[in-house]
Amino acid sequence: MRALILTLRILGILILAPAAGGLLTGLDRVVSARMQRRKGPPILQPFYDVMKLARKQSTTVSSMTRYFVTLSMCFNIFTVLLFGLGLDLMLCVFAFTLACVFFVLSGYSSNSPFSFVGTERELVQIMCYEPMVLIVAFGYYQVSGSFNVGDAFRMGSPAVMRLPFIFIGLLYVLSVKLRKSPFDLSMSHHGHQEIVKGVITELTGICLAMVEVSHWFETVFALGLVYLFFVYASPASWAAALALCLAAFLMETLIDNAFARVKWKLALQASWIVIFVTGGVNLLLLNL
Amino acid sequence: MKYAKKSPWILHYDGSSCNGCDIEVLACLNPLFDIERFGAINTGNPKHADILLITGAINEQNISVVKQLYEQMPNPKAVVAVGVCAATGGIFKDCYNMIGGVGEAIPVDVYVPGCASRPEAIIDGVVKALDKIK
Ligand code: SF4
Repeated sequence: MRALILTLRILGILILAPAAGGLLTGLDRVVSARMQRRKGPPILQPFYDVMKLARKQSTTVSSMTRYFVTLSMCFNIFTVLLFGLGLDLMLCVFAFTLACVFFVLSGYSSNSPFSFVGTERELVQIMCYEPMVLIVAFGYYQVSGSFNVGDAFRMGSPAVMRLPFIFIGLLYVLSVKLRKSPFDLSMSHHGHQEIVKGVITELTGICLAMVEVSHWFETVFALGLVYLFFVYASPASWAAALALCLAAFLMETLIDNAFARVKWKLALQASWIVIFVTGGVNLLLLNL
Repeated sequence: MKYAKKSPWILHYDGSSCNGCDIEVLACLNPLFDIERFGAINTGNPKHADILLITGAINEQNISVVKQLYEQMPNPKAVVAVGVCAATGGIFKDCYNMIGGVGEAIPVDVYVPGCASRPEAIIDGVVKALDKIK
């Protein structure tokens, strides 16, 4: 019986997570278009794109590229699975980092100057947000007494009450992770931008489709972290936290449309200042 | 390919046009015509593109570039030649360096008429080209 429930939960996550990620990406495109007074694509557009890419000819320059892209996607899926099953947050963070490492390797495997530029910037971006993700996990441990994601549903009050500054820091690095405008240095989801797509310059067909699907899972995990800040024992908070995740995502869309891209140095310095001020102050207050 | 019709990613290349047609191509992206309604993206990367949109009559200098862009695009793909210049050479036909149309360099699927082509016509051309990559 327990095995059956576990299988059903895993299946549910494997279906719901990409569906949610794809819909959010579609929503992002529609809302962006409306902000620019355009009509925009259908909300299912990301699914159409992926289906098309999956059937297109693949012309990868190196056989390693496809291998690394596949591994990156698998680890992203694994991260969301761990998170969705309410397991160890630290393990999620490590699996997530591994997914990023494989993505970076795929960028370096193609020998193209464009993807080299993008990959170097991707590394800078990882440096921008990675400390914050670790601080989030650590702060969560301090307020809930365990690294288990599932324990959030047993807390007496939402984590954001005791981790307000860490939450602000997380919101800040969210745009780095989701590659939204001031920080979309390594590749941009806007057409014809960021050195014609940086890391994914050389990817075609199924590889590009896998990168897109990975991004859906990344989005779900990133918003999952936001979710952790708002849930507690009360069932009403579970739905409210979902609404707040959506609000956080739409805020990212607004920022994406309102800011110009920054240089890598500023991105790194600004992120680290925000991370160490918010994270440091919050952890200090927590331990006073 | 059912989904290819819903997600045409476009690569735009200026093969020595007067820029008139290029302005109209860009106009397709603005709020009035908004080609993204059809899922189209103006990608700058031949490896991601489905449709190559070329303006201008192509000269001896860029013929190799056009051929390379075309070869880098993964199948299925289509080429749309925008404007009279791209079709026959147009007003540049008698220039010593012009090869007289995109069709001289790579196979073209759809010719969009006009000098300059109207954005409506360009969108129409793209939709026609989609029939080829279905
Ligand atoms: S067709 Fe007319 S507008 Fe277009 S590039 Fe040629 S001369 Fe310019």
